[in-house]
Amino acid sequence: MESLSNRKKVVSNKKMTFMEKLYLPAILGGMWITFKHLFKKHNTLKYPEVKREFAPVYRGQHVLKRDEEGRENCTACGLCAVACPAEAITMTSEERKKGEENLYREEKYASTYEINMLRCIFCGLCEEACPKEAIFLTDRIVPTYFERNDFIYGKDKLVEPVDQRVDISKRQLTGKRPA
Amino acid sequence: MIIKLIIVVALFAITLGIAAYLTLMERKVAAWMQDRIGPDRAGPFGLLQPLADGGKMFFKEDFRPTNADKWLFIIGPGIAMFTSLITGAVIPWGPDLKIAGETIALQVADVNIGILFIMGAVSIGVYGIMIGGWASNNKFALFGAIRASSQMISYELAMGVSVITIVMMTGSLSIRDIVDQQHGFWDNGWFSWNVFKQPICFIVFLITALAECNRAPFDLAECESELIGGYHTEYGAMKLGFFLFAEYVNMFISCAIISALFFGGYNFPGMDNFSGNTLAILGTLVFFAKTFFFVFVFMWIRWTLPRFRYDQLMHIGWKKMIPIALINLLITGVVIAYTEGWFSKNKDNESASNVKMEQPLGVNTSFEKTKTGNSL
Repeated sequence: MESLSNRKKVVSNKKMTFMEKLYLPAILGGMWITFKHLFKKHNTLKYPEVKREFAPVYRGQHVLKRDEEGRENCTACGLCAVACPAEAITMTSEERKKGEENLYREEKYASTYEINMLRCIFCGLCEEACPKEAIFLTDRIVPTYFERNDFIYGKDKLVEPVDQRVDISKRQLTGKRPA
Repeated sequence: MIIKLIIVVALFAITLGIAAYLTLMERKVAAWMQDRIGPDRAGPFGLLQPLADGGKMFFKEDFRPTNADKWLFIIGPGIAMFTSLITGAVIPWGPDLKIAGETIALQVADVNIGILFIMGAVSIGVYGIMIGGWASNNKFALFGAIRASSQMISYELAMGVSVITIVMMTGSLSIRDIVDQQHGFWDNGWFSWNVFKQPICFIVFLITALAECNRAPFDLAECESELIGGYHTEYGAMKLGFFLFAEYVNMFISCAIISALFFGGYNFPGMDNFSGNTLAILGTLVFFAKTFFFVFVFMWIRWTLPRFRYDQLMHIGWKKMIPIALINLLITGVVIAYTEGWFSKNKDNESASNVKMEQPLGVNTSFEKTKTGNSL
């Protein structure tokens, strides 16, 4: 039968020639290859000092966004928690009181919002489920800790500070939402 | 006496220090060949890594499996370490030093049967591995020990035959004599180093040395992927450290032997332009440079070649290495006999050859020396 892909290889059990049986030429050839690798560029990055550039679609540590006036976007609807396949997100909701209009954009907000970073698989489904553009994944890496409890991130770590906004423009462009 | 003691202690310390840093070198060479950087966190360029490793080994729990034989379990690594360290005693590290009118030989003991001593010590080295593997009471460890011992016994034969070839050419079992006969680099229209006179013998010796050190591609005794470490599966803490350390000491010593037997030891081209202590220091440096080159070759081979299968190992050892070494021995013997004038019917040569006939090939000469008893 004719091969369509031209990738078919015919296996042969041909006898080795004397030079092949000696093995030494093949061994020297292999050693020449490894020797050339001695002088090649190293692929390793010295991580804490040098960081690898991330792809625009990289999904790292989450951020809870604020709007332009610094109010939290999240309304604690729970769609992210429902969408989460790893059951990593929990939250409790609360009603916005008078005088808190500058803190929360809508009448309902999340009084606590926790993501367990050990459970999270960084799939980005929470981001996709969010109707308020409140949660995004960023190019930040979740650091390591010695205690399991330290991996449960509350609002203190998730909500972006008013004066240090987290740039999610790259991530926004990759999704279905227009910029 | 005191000088000898100093040399002994210095050799001990240097061998251990070098063995420690060979672990770093191994990791660095492996990393570079795999386009990585290697350990670089402990000190500049990772230079303190061996200290960190050693410290870790010391402070780990000294664990012993319940069913292991207590004393054999302790003796195993001890024997491995001991045998690998004593082989360094007969290696001449450099030409004689002269300090304050006294001649100091850079060698612990110029034993006139030096190479025989090394072969003996190497064979005892099997016991360390065998006892360690047996005492662990673990089937993987026993498998590793069996493989190691059968491999070392098989390859010792070919190694011994290739050593005999060199001894036949030199007429002496003393390593210093063998090195001194390779004086300089060019002698009587041909290279004076043994590697140029006996290339096949060198290749056989290199391969068997790899096998004797249990290095890849002959590392069947360890076999991380199949035997999870082989004979040291059950070992931990400094006992494991001793096994690993002994391996690197072995590698260093066998590289020193290779450079002494085949690459002229402390001889180098143009050495006649120097004399006295300058020559001694330069010669020692050259010897260490050669040794480290071979250490690098050992590592290079390890990170290039995959492991042999057990039957391939035995096939190469018994059906390839030993016949090649024997044929090489035979040819060398015939050539020596020819040059000594055994085949000539010339009357003038007969008187000379008769004297030689009584002590054929010069090997016996050194035995005569043994009988009269040299000071060790």
